[in-house]
Amino acid sequence: MLGLNRKDLILFLIVVGLVVFAPFILNPFPEDSGLARFNAGYPDLMQRFVIFGIFAIGFNILFGLTGYLSFGHAAFLGIGSYAGVWMMKLLTVNIVPAIIASIVVAGVFSLVIGFICLRRSGIYFSILTLAFAQMAFALAYSVLTPITAGESGLQLSLNDPRILEAGGGSSIPAANFFGLTMRDGFEWALGGWVFTFNFGYYFCALLMLVAFYVSIRIFRSPFGMMLRAVKSNQQRMNYTGLNPKPYTLAAFVISGMYAGLAGGLMVAVDPLAGADRMFWTASGEVVLMTILGGAGTLIGPVLGAGMIKYFENIFSRLNERDLNALYDFLPDGLQGVAVSVSQMFVGDGWLLTLGLMFMLVVIFLPGGLVEGGQRVSRLFRRRKKTKTDDPEHHPQPSPHVGE
Amino acid sequence: MSNRFTRRGVIKTGAVAGGALALPTIFTSQARAFTNEPTGDTVTLGFNVPQSGAYADEGADQLRAYELAVEHLNGTGADNGMLETFKYADGSPTALTGNGILGKRVEYVTGDTQTNTDAARASARSMIEKDGATLITGGSSSGPAVAVQALCQEAGVIFMAGLTHANDTTGKDKRANGFRHFFNSYMSGAALAPVLEAAYGNDRKAYYLTADYNWGYTTEQAITEATEAMGWETVNKVLTPVGQGDFSSYITPVLQSGADTLVLVHYGGDMVNSLTNAVQFGLREAQANGKDFQIIVPLFSRLMARGAGENIKGIFGSTNWHWSLPDEGSQAFTRSFGTKYGFPPSQAAHTVYCQTLLYADAVERAGSFNPCAVVEALETGDGLPGIDSPSNTGFVFDGLGNGPTLYRAGDHQCFKDVLVVKGKEEPESEFDLLEIVEVTPTEQVWYEPDHPQFAGGQLGECNPGA
Amino acid sequence: MDAIILQILNGLDKGSAYALIALGLTLIFGTLGVVNFAHGVLFALGAFCAVAIQGLFSTSFETIDETRTDFLGNPLKVQTPYVEAWFGETMGGVLLDWSVPIAILLAVPVMALVGLAMERGLIKHFYKRPHADQILVTFGLAIVLQQIIKYFFGANPIAVPAPDVFQGSFDFGVMLGFDPFTIMYPYWRIVYFGFALAVIAAIFAFLQFTTFGMVVRAGMADRETVGLLGINIGRRFTIMFAIAAIVAGLAGVMYTPIVAPNYDMGMNFLVLSFVVVVVGGMGSLPGAVLAGFLLGIIESFASMSAVIELIPGINQVIIYLVAIVVLLVRPRGLLGRKGVMED
Repeated sequence: MLGLNRKDLILFLIVVGLVVFAPFILNPFPEDSGLARFNAGYPDLMQRFVIFGIFAIGFNILFGLTGYLSFGHAAFLGIGSYAGVWMMKLLTVNIVPAIIASIVVAGVFSLVIGFICLRRSGIYFSILTLAFAQMAFALAYSVLTPITAGESGLQLSLNDPRILEAGGGSSIPAANFFGLTMRDGFEWALGGWVFTFNFGYYFCALLMLVAFYVSIRIFRSPFGMMLRAVKSNQQRMNYTGLNPKPYTLAAFVISGMYAGLAGGLMVAVDPLAGADRMFWTASGEVVLMTILGGAGTLIGPVLGAGMIKYFENIFSRLNERDLNALYDFLPDGLQGVAVSVSQMFVGDGWLLTLGLMFMLVVIFLPGGLVEGGQRVSRLFRRRKKTKTDDPEHHPQPSPHVGE
Repeated sequence: MSNRFTRRGVIKTGAVAGGALALPTIFTSQARAFTNEPTGDTVTLGFNVPQSGAYADEGADQLRAYELAVEHLNGTGADNGMLETFKYADGSPTALTGNGILGKRVEYVTGDTQTNTDAARASARSMIEKDGATLITGGSSSGPAVAVQALCQEAGVIFMAGLTHANDTTGKDKRANGFRHFFNSYMSGAALAPVLEAAYGNDRKAYYLTADYNWGYTTEQAITEATEAMGWETVNKVLTPVGQGDFSSYITPVLQSGADTLVLVHYGGDMVNSLTNAVQFGLREAQANGKDFQIIVPLFSRLMARGAGENIKGIFGSTNWHWSLPDEGSQAFTRSFGTKYGFPPSQAAHTVYCQTLLYADAVERAGSFNPCAVVEALETGDGLPGIDSPSNTGFVFDGLGNGPTLYRAGDHQCFKDVLVVKGKEEPESEFDLLEIVEVTPTEQVWYEPDHPQFAGGQLGECNPGA
Repeated sequence: MDAIILQILNGLDKGSAYALIALGLTLIFGTLGVVNFAHGVLFALGAFCAVAIQGLFSTSFETIDETRTDFLGNPLKVQTPYVEAWFGETMGGVLLDWSVPIAILLAVPVMALVGLAMERGLIKHFYKRPHADQILVTFGLAIVLQQIIKYFFGANPIAVPAPDVFQGSFDFGVMLGFDPFTIMYPYWRIVYFGFALAVIAAIFAFLQFTTFGMVVRAGMADRETVGLLGINIGRRFTIMFAIAAIVAGLAGVMYTPIVAPNYDMGMNFLVLSFVVVVVGGMGSLPGAVLAGFLLGIIESFASMSAVIELIPGINQVIIYLVAIVVLLVRPRGLLGRKGVMED
C-alpha cells in the first residue's frame, strides 16, 4: 500500500496514529494532579514537536544517508521563516503563500550554499556550512535589521500592506488556512483530563506526515541507494563511473527545503521570525536531535526532536513549588532532600539534565533512542540476538586519523 | 451537559463527569469573556525570565522579587513590603489588602526566556495555553520583550515588560496589551545630558561604541541627540558585535580619533568587557584636547557593575532605581527583600515587583481580570501635575519608589523620576557600587508619544482574546 | 601607520588565545583522533581557577562593627579576609593582588586531573566511534561542566584584575621612533602574548626534542606501526590529552584580566577555535598556531571603522568569510594533510 513495503507501512501507520492521537498521548496525567506539570499536550509544544520533527527528518536525509554533517541547517530554517513572514506582511495572512515561499527561498539558498560547500567533504564541509550559517545569523541580527528586524524579530504589524486582503481593522488578522485560524481549536474535557485539539497542530502534523512519507520513499528509492553509496565509499562510486556530486547536492537541497518548510510552519503558527533561530546552537540542536534519536533511521530524528523539545519546554519550567507537589508523598525530611536535589536538574538547571542525557544516550545507546527501542523489543520477544539486516542502524566507524 | 467551560473552570469545579465538547476555544472562545478567565479560587500569573544565558542572574533576581510580590499579595509574607506605601494620586491607599487579587489566591508559574525571542515566546505560550496565566511578565532584554508583547496582544492577556530599555518597546513596537515600567533610551539621554554638561562642559567630542542590535541603535540615537543639543560633537560611531569579548581593536582607535569622551552603548557582559578594556588601555588617565578623557555608560546595572570591579568608579550612567533611594517605598522594598534574601534588590527586581502590584491593583479597581478592563484601569487618570501636555493622561500612583508615577495612556510607557548615577569611589559594601548623583524629575524626561525616536507604531486596541 | 601597528598588536593578542586553544584541540585530534567539543569549556575552567583563587584569598570571617550599619540598618558585618588576618594586611593584599599568576599553580594540577579523568573516563571509549558520536558526548560534557561552573559562580562576569605592577601601558611608539603616547600597549597584554609564545615554543620543543615527543609524533603519523613496535602509545596519548587540557587551562587563567570570565565564555571560543583549527588544517600543529594569529590580526583590521564604513557588517562575519575563502582555495586549510577528516 502507498508504495511501501509491509515493515515501512506499519511504521508509517504507527506514526500516523501517534500524531493523530498526540493530544491524548501527551496528556496522560489528570489536570489537578501534581504530575500535570509533565503534560505536554498543549498547542505550542505539540506544534514544536512536529515542526522540529520535519526539520530533523530533512536533516537526516542529508546526514543519515550521505554522512555529510552540516552545521548550518538552522540558517535555512531561519531564511524560510523570514520569507514566510514577509509573504504574510506583503500578500496575505493566509499561510499558503508563506509556506510556499519559505520552501522555495530556502531551496534556492541551499542550492547556492550547497553548491559551494559540497566542494569539500568531512569536517571541512561542516565548517563551511557553519561559516555560512554564522554569517547569516550575524547579518540578520545586525546589519540587515531593516529586512529582518534584528534582535526583536520580524513580526506582523497593523501597517502591513497585505495586498491580497481587504485592509483596515484595528487589530492584526490571525494567520489562517483559508479561514481556518491556526491558533483556534477545541477542547474536550473528560473526567479530570482536558484534551486540546488545535488546528495549527493538525495542519503541521499533516505536513509532517507528508514529509515523513516522502522521506521513507527517498530512503527506499534508487536515489536513496545512491546517497548511501556516497556515505559508504565515494571512491568506489567514482570508479563505477558515477558522479556523486549531483546526488549529494540534491540531498542537500531537499534537506534545505525541509528546513524551509519547518521555518514556514513556525511562522504560520506563531508569526514571528527571530535571528536567534539561525544561531549555531540551533544548527547544533538539529544535529543532536538526529544523533540522539538515531541517525540514518526513519523514526529516530522525530523521537530525538521530541525529546529535546520536551526537556527544553517542560523541565525548564518546573520550580520549587512544583517539586514540592511532586514529592508530596514523601515524609517531610525526605521531601526536602528530594526537592533540593531535583532542583539542580530542573528550572534553571534544565540544561544540566539535557547534557547528562546526551552523554548517557550516546555512551549506552550508540544507535540512539531507536536502538534503545530495539533492545527493549528484543527483550520482550525473548529472541536470541540475531544479526540485523539493517546496516543503517549501525553507524560505520570512521577511519582513524592515523590510518 | 453544558459545554460552556473554560479550561481552568473544568479543572477547578471538577463538575464534569462525562465528556464535554467546547468549540472553539484557547485564544478565541465565544464561551468566555476573555482568555483564561479564572473561575476557581486562584489566579495564575506567568513569570517569564532568563534563567540561562548571560542574563541568568538578573532573571534569578526577578524571580526572587516575584515570589516576594506574590507573598505580599497573598498576605503570607513576613511583612507587606510596598503594599504599605503604594498610594493613589490623591494619597489614598490602594485596594490591595493582602487577600490575593479579587479574593483569589495568587499562584504562579515560571519559565526560561533564554534571552531568545523563540524560547521566550514558547515559554509564554505554554503559560497561556497550558497554565491559564492571565499575566505574562518579566525578561531582561528588549528583543524578547517586544516579541512576547506581540504574542500577548494576539493571545489576549496582559504583558508587563521586565527590564527593557530600547525605545521600540513603547515606540514602533508598542501594543495595547503591553505596559512598560522601566525607563527607556530617550529618558536616559534626557536625564544624562544636563549632568554631563555640568560635569564635563559643553564642548566635548564624543566617540561611540555601540552594540550592534536594536537596543544599541535607539540608545545611541537618544544619547547623540541629547548631547549634540547641548553642543557636544559626535566624532565617530562604531558598531560592535554582541558578545565580542575582547574589545581592544575597537578601543585602540579611540584616542587617535581626536575624541575626548567615550560612550559605551553596551549592556551586561559587553559593558563589563568594553569598560575593562578601555580602562586597561589607559583611557581614563589619558588627556585629549586639553581635557581629561572621560567614559560614559548610558545604562547601568548594579548586578553587572560588579563584573567591572574597580573600573566602574566615577563613571556616569543612568538607572531605573537603586536600593539606596531614601523614599519610604524604596526603603520598605529593600527591607523586605533584604530580610528575606540577605542582599539588596536590583533594579530588575524592583521593576517586576512593582509591575506585579500594579497589575493586581488594576484588576482590583477594574473588578475583573478582563485584559481590556485592566488596560482601561491603567489608562484612566488625570495624569501628572505640572506637565502641560494633552498626552498627559493615564493612571497615576505614588509610593513605589521614583516619586509620583504615570502610566501614560497614549503609549503605555511609564513616566517617573530617572536616576543619574556614578560608580561610587569608596563603596562601603559589595552592594554599594553606585552613588545617586541626581534624581531627574519627570518633566525633564517627558516626550510626546509621536516623538521621532518613537514614531512608526500603533498601539491598536486591547484584545481580550474573545 | 600607528593605527595599523596597534591593530597588529591587538591581533597578536587575540591570536594568542585562539592559537593556544586551537593548539590544544589539534593535539587531541592529532593524537587521539577525537573531536573535542568540550575544549572551550576547559579554557573556561582554567579562567575559573583564577576566580576560585581570588575567591579563596578573599574568604573572610565576619566581625560586627556596632558603629556602622548595613543597608538594612543592622550593625555592619565587617569582612576580613583570612589571608590578611594570617599574613598581615600587606602580605594578604599582595597575595590577593597576585591571584592570577598564583592561579597557574592551581590550574596546572587541576587541568591535568580534569584532562586525565576526561580521557580515561569518557573519551577512551570513543576512539572507534564516529566523529558525530564524539561531538555529541563531548558537547554533552561541555554543557554539564558549564552548568556546574554556573552553579558555583553564577552567570554574571566576575572581574579578576591583573597584579598592580602590570597595570598601565608600555610605550612602544618611542622604541619605534614615534612620538610618545602614540602607541601605548597594556603590560598585561604584552605578558599574555609572551606567555602564549612561551607555551607554544615549549610544546613544539617537547614534541621535537624529547624521546617522548618523538614517539608521540610517530604515533600521530602511524599509530599501528608504533604499537607493533611494542610501545604503549595509548598511555602517551593520554598524557598528551592532559597536556592539551593544561594548555587550554593556562590560556584561560592568563586571559581573565583581559576579559572578565563568565560561565559560557567557553562556548563562544569553541566555534571560533574550530574555525581556526580547520583554517590551519586539521591535525597540523603549526597550522593551528599560524591560523590563530592570522585570524586574530585579520579580525582586528576588520574592526577598524574605516573598513566597517566601506563594508558594513564586515566585522561581524570576517572570520567566517576568511574561513570560506581559505577552504575553497586550499582544500585542506593552510597546512593540512590529505585524507584527514575528509570522510
